[in-house]
Amino acid sequence: MNVQNAPDPKIPVPRGPLPILPAQRPASMVEITMDGKSVSVPQGSTLLEAARSIGIDTPTLCFLQNLTPVNVCRLCVVEVEGSRALVPACSRQAEPGMVVQTHSERVRLSRRLVLEMLVSSVDISTAPQFQKYMRRFGARPERFGEAAPPAATDERDTAEPGHHHPPEAGAATVAQPVKIDNELYVRDYGKCILCYKCVEACGVDAQNTFAIAVAGRGFGARISTEYNTPLTDSACVYCGNCIGVCPTGALMFRREYEMRQAGTWDESRQTRTDTICPYCGVGCTLTVHVQEERIVKVTSPLDQEITQGHLCIKGRFGWEWVNQKK
Amino acid sequence: MDLHFTGATPAAEEKAAVDGVPLAAIGVRRRYLLPFLHAIQDRVGWISPGALNYVSRVLDVPPAEAFGVADFYGLFSTQQQPPAVAHVCDDIACKAKGADRLRAELQKAQGPEGSSKDGKSTWRRTPCLGLCERAPAALVRVAGERHSEQALAPASASDIRAALQGTQFTPPTLRASVPQMGQAGLTLLRRVGQVNPESLAEYRASGGSLALRRAFEMGPAAVVREMIESKLAGRGGAAFPCGQKWNSMLSAALPRYLICNADESEPGTFKDRVLMEGDPYALIESMIIAGFATGCEQGYLYIRGEYPLARRRLEHAIRECRTQFFLGNNILGSGTRFDIELHVGAGAYICGEETALMNSIEGKRGEPRNKPPLPTQVGLFGKPTIIQNVETLLNVLPIVTEGGKAFAAIGTEPSTGTKLFCLSGHVEKPGVYEVPFGATLRQLLDLAGGIAGSGKLQAVLIGGAAGAFLGPQDLDTPMTFEGTRAAGAALGSAVIMPFDDTVALREILIRIASFFRDESCGQCVPCRIGTVRQEEILQRLAAGKPLLSHATELVMLNEVGQAMRDASICGLGQTASSAIESALARFPVFPGEPSEANR
Amino acid sequence: MGGGTSSYREIEDTDLIVLWGSNARETHPIFFHHVLKGVHNGAKLFVIDPRRTSSAQWTEKWLGLHVGTDIALANAMAREILASGLENRSFIENATSGFDEFAQHVQRYTLEYAENICGVPSGLIRELAHAYARSDRAQICWTLGITEHHNAVDNVLALINLGLLTGHVGRYGSGLNPLRGQNNVQGGGDMGALPDRLPGFQHVENDELRTKFEKAWGVKIPPQRGWHLSGMFDAMERGELKALYVIGENPANSEADAHRTIKLLQGLDILVVQDMLMSKTAEMADVVFPAAAGWCETEGTVTNSERRVQRVRRALAPPAGVRDDIEVLCDLARGMGRDLGQPTSEEIWNELRSLSPVHAGMSYGRLEEMHGLQWPCYDQSHPGEQYLHGRLWARPVIGPLAPFSCVEQEPPVDTLDGEFPIRLTTGRRLDSYNTGVQTSRYASPLRHGETLDLSPEDGKKYGLEEGEIARVVSRRGSVVAPVRFDSGLRPGLAFMTLHFPDQVATNELTIDAVDPKSGTSEFKATAVRIEKAGITEPVPAAV
Repeated sequence: MNVQNAPDPKIPVPRGPLPILPAQRPASMVEITMDGKSVSVPQGSTLLEAARSIGIDTPTLCFLQNLTPVNVCRLCVVEVEGSRALVPACSRQAEPGMVVQTHSERVRLSRRLVLEMLVSSVDISTAPQFQKYMRRFGARPERFGEAAPPAATDERDTAEPGHHHPPEAGAATVAQPVKIDNELYVRDYGKCILCYKCVEACGVDAQNTFAIAVAGRGFGARISTEYNTPLTDSACVYCGNCIGVCPTGALMFRREYEMRQAGTWDESRQTRTDTICPYCGVGCTLTVHVQEERIVKVTSPLDQEITQGHLCIKGRFGWEWVNQKK
Repeated sequence: MDLHFTGATPAAEEKAAVDGVPLAAIGVRRRYLLPFLHAIQDRVGWISPGALNYVSRVLDVPPAEAFGVADFYGLFSTQQQPPAVAHVCDDIACKAKGADRLRAELQKAQGPEGSSKDGKSTWRRTPCLGLCERAPAALVRVAGERHSEQALAPASASDIRAALQGTQFTPPTLRASVPQMGQAGLTLLRRVGQVNPESLAEYRASGGSLALRRAFEMGPAAVVREMIESKLAGRGGAAFPCGQKWNSMLSAALPRYLICNADESEPGTFKDRVLMEGDPYALIESMIIAGFATGCEQGYLYIRGEYPLARRRLEHAIRECRTQFFLGNNILGSGTRFDIELHVGAGAYICGEETALMNSIEGKRGEPRNKPPLPTQVGLFGKPTIIQNVETLLNVLPIVTEGGKAFAAIGTEPSTGTKLFCLSGHVEKPGVYEVPFGATLRQLLDLAGGIAGSGKLQAVLIGGAAGAFLGPQDLDTPMTFEGTRAAGAALGSAVIMPFDDTVALREILIRIASFFRDESCGQCVPCRIGTVRQEEILQRLAAGKPLLSHATELVMLNEVGQAMRDASICGLGQTASSAIESALARFPVFPGEPSEANR
Repeated sequence: MGGGTSSYREIEDTDLIVLWGSNARETHPIFFHHVLKGVHNGAKLFVIDPRRTSSAQWTEKWLGLHVGTDIALANAMAREILASGLENRSFIENATSGFDEFAQHVQRYTLEYAENICGVPSGLIRELAHAYARSDRAQICWTLGITEHHNAVDNVLALINLGLLTGHVGRYGSGLNPLRGQNNVQGGGDMGALPDRLPGFQHVENDELRTKFEKAWGVKIPPQRGWHLSGMFDAMERGELKALYVIGENPANSEADAHRTIKLLQGLDILVVQDMLMSKTAEMADVVFPAAAGWCETEGTVTNSERRVQRVRRALAPPAGVRDDIEVLCDLARGMGRDLGQPTSEEIWNELRSLSPVHAGMSYGRLEEMHGLQWPCYDQSHPGEQYLHGRLWARPVIGPLAPFSCVEQEPPVDTLDGEFPIRLTTGRRLDSYNTGVQTSRYASPLRHGETLDLSPEDGKKYGLEEGEIARVVSRRGSVVAPVRFDSGLRPGLAFMTLHFPDQVATNELTIDAVDPKSGTSEFKATAVRIEKAGITEPVPAAV
């Protein structure tokens, strides 16, 4: 090697200019009317963002700030003047002059029905946000009748699309046995509202592993590995990002699941502390959930630029030794 | 991508089937996912884990995603099943023509649906096969190295069983589908049954290619001008002004794509099938003109998987056109470049929705996309795309040769040109009929020989399962866009399906509800679950076992319908309650309190 | 100052990403999320790695070079860039020194020459050189594939040359980024855990700077640099180093040539280990200070690969008898006669801020509010620098010119021959970390214990079945491990990890050939032979 011309390392490098970041074109503003109020939002903003900017609480289920909106739950629908159907606030962009109603009779009916449909077909016992929404919109899912008997193991996983054989009686549900095939995850698809978030987190929005996808069709649609292969034979790398985005507890860390089964899971006695992952040098923020001086779960904040809520297997699960050394 | 695969490996014949699919050198590779799955299904009768792994490796598609696609489509089976399968239609038109009896016979002879005595053949129910004019219908597919697919209509249990054993039947002539065949004054049906559909030379001898030459002389802008002047409205159901759509393409970025939507799946609809079976070159010529006018060099023709004859004719026609400079880099020496890729659907009604269709071509699940953006902005492979259905495209020929003005002079003010109607159910002479816009429902029923069965009309379904029921009091409704709308219906796919007074309308309604439940893609909540609840309510009402009361059930039905109409992503959910609601509004399907008569 | 020049967000916003000796998909998974966002946004990805790793499977452009031939590749790229006139002349003239000599130096490194040395088709080298030079923005990111060699620093300099030649440094979206393998490797260096630096990269041999610290601390600081890790072991061998205080390191497992390491540790007069867990090194120690887990049982900061100083926080109390590092150190100081009081981590941090200009603006309050800050951050109103070396683009350049370095290709020390024909390289797997002290305690469904990964061709050549136990022999030792086939390996290349030292002591094979400048061992290049072990019993998988 030859570095004769190298600067003397003993002399500190002087302070340089501040980095120049690419110029951001100032977004032009779009004026719309929402619930009779005039709202001005940057071009490209969604109606959801517009609503939130003036304090209108728009309910969402499939929307998450760190994922591409898929607008499938339809809980956030609003009424736009001139549009035949309601539009999803989470993905519809504000256009100049739009006149939007966020709690018209039509909007409230659709939201109530969406809630009733979901709650009458899915176990929401670990999704507390539903209770709040149901009260708010006066949803009465029980009016669709008693639930039909649950599916047998793999029954929903092997159903082919096309003609169905309706159950003798009762409201069809997605109830089915829990899938436990590994030490880290539990999949309880009887709690799945098919919001696509896990598929997005496993896919291009974060992990790009594509271990799961939506399979089946219609009411038989479901989240699945290929041929319902156990996770341990699938592409899954146990980053837990699907669990991180699941809104209903259908996907759950095994530790949490077992504590819930044992009746020892108690969020009111848990603390959450943000710190940095002890493994590689990327610097992922971990939110450490501690109950009785033991780590019970690790998540990551969505608003964190490095992780955007996503972690890898080590950050997500590599804390066991801290509990074990006690 | 760092894909992960299970240990399952493909059998030699599965590998051979995939390797035998010809691939274009360019373009998005994933679009071969459905063709590959078809090749495997055709060869071995199901998509095995090993075969799926092979396809996923070749296309660099995650196996979980490939499985999600295979598992979406009704004609692909992800569970092992016998190589010979009869898909027996039990949809509304066939129901009116003895489908239930056929099913009972088949069950007796062959065993229950899905079962197989010999491990070689089985049968299952299927939604409308688009053979309604010859109902009841069945599609028999036999997998193997020399796989065969044949549509049987009218189908008998014995014919179905023979076909499952390998017997080949000669398809009936198109006369059975086009009662007007050979009559003067036909435009779209002019050549059907009259000109050999397997000879480009005969097509050209019959005036084919005149429109194309004329279009080349006029230039793209002039063709679009004529389209605007013609006031042609799309025939797929939405009745969007075509000229406007074409015009909006002219400013779009390149490349642009043209799609012909031949996924005709609306129950009761079969006109596009007849056009493709009877006049395939005309469709190709129309597509070339549309591509030329809108600046598209690549066309995609997406035909439903249940149309084997139409597909074979189009495959033949496209091959022949390529060799005769009627497709390719220099069409008829004009310097125009245009080609067509044929894509075959796989049993999903939803793929008739334009954005679902695009996803299907792209090798994805047929889930509709949210609009906006419109396809003309962001369409197939993310590029500006113009999509039109078969009948719409065929209208381009007379518009180019006769001029937009002359075309607009036919029909009524908003509904210009001639129109094809699909008459099936209880009519004497079911088939496709072509009339200038303006004919009334009565005139069309008369044209088809009047009401069959008991001869007493109970109700007419207009526009398909997503349409509406009219009654005997509505017979003077003009079958135009505006006329049907005024009557509280919609022209839809121009289905006219009368039912005589012996038909139990509630069974038809339950079948329509089941159809939507089965065909919902499952993406959005209102449609995925709404179609289920709608069917459950109808089942309870039909059984005379309402939960609280008849009235509360109707309130629920109404609310479910409104939520589906208002909040669903696409037209499927938005119209899944329309026929049912229209029937309940017009007819005493389930009288106020359950009585003996309604049990 | 040493650190990655860019930020993760720039990786999403660049035109070309070169991962050089880095399997970020598995070793820096969340950084790889940013890489993939970049790829999905249209960036071209090139991966340079002897193995076709999971990272490399994300691109058609995999340069599968022979282990330890990185300089030949980099120099050939430089030559090709020059030969095609693609260098950034104005940047070179304004901001660099030694260009003419460098241009002369790389003349010998033709594409054909590099193809011969590296085993990479010359067309692919050319393609990378052109793509890199022509991109508006380009990033080179590297990991231990570059630095775990006997000539690690030369390897890094060869990459820096490319950045200087094309002006791909000091601008938004362009940069040179070492991805740090451990959560506070960067922070350790920042804080002066380097033989020649005081905190904030201030040179210990600079009298003025050293005096500043002496004044603040009230002690005399030895005015010359100390030893780096490998230097310490050499000093033990020479008998110059007799007492060792190890904090949070497990050299008994992690150092190359484990036989020698353990012998030297055993020969010390006193070995003190301060660790969270009873590591193998701790087991050998005379005194063990049980330490709290820094990341969740104490307060403090770490610095990541984009120079971001981040707060770690106490989420739970350490077990009884286990103490915060600060407490241990202060008690030790007290025992040695110096009362440092009972400072909090924030008080210590504020002292650091008063002495290290690049950290001056990073109060705990700001670190909290801004999710960490990137150094340099000179005062409380300074936003921190998203990328470094913007000064090189100022006209005239601020501070010293950036020097080109003339570095030569040198093969790995442990040469291949008839007796040891297989190149063994080492690395990490997704679910495990270093010597497995922490990661072996959770039940990973991905873990299959240590294996000898071979190309299927070599498996056939040596008559080995998948799962069969093979013996791996190097010039220093031998181990047995079950065989696993990996089609990402080419014939002649084998792969193992260091994750399961109790099952397979891979470091009994590796060579302690050390880079004289960085003190890093050549873990990436060991010459081995592979034999059938004649063992039928499976080697127990690590739990």
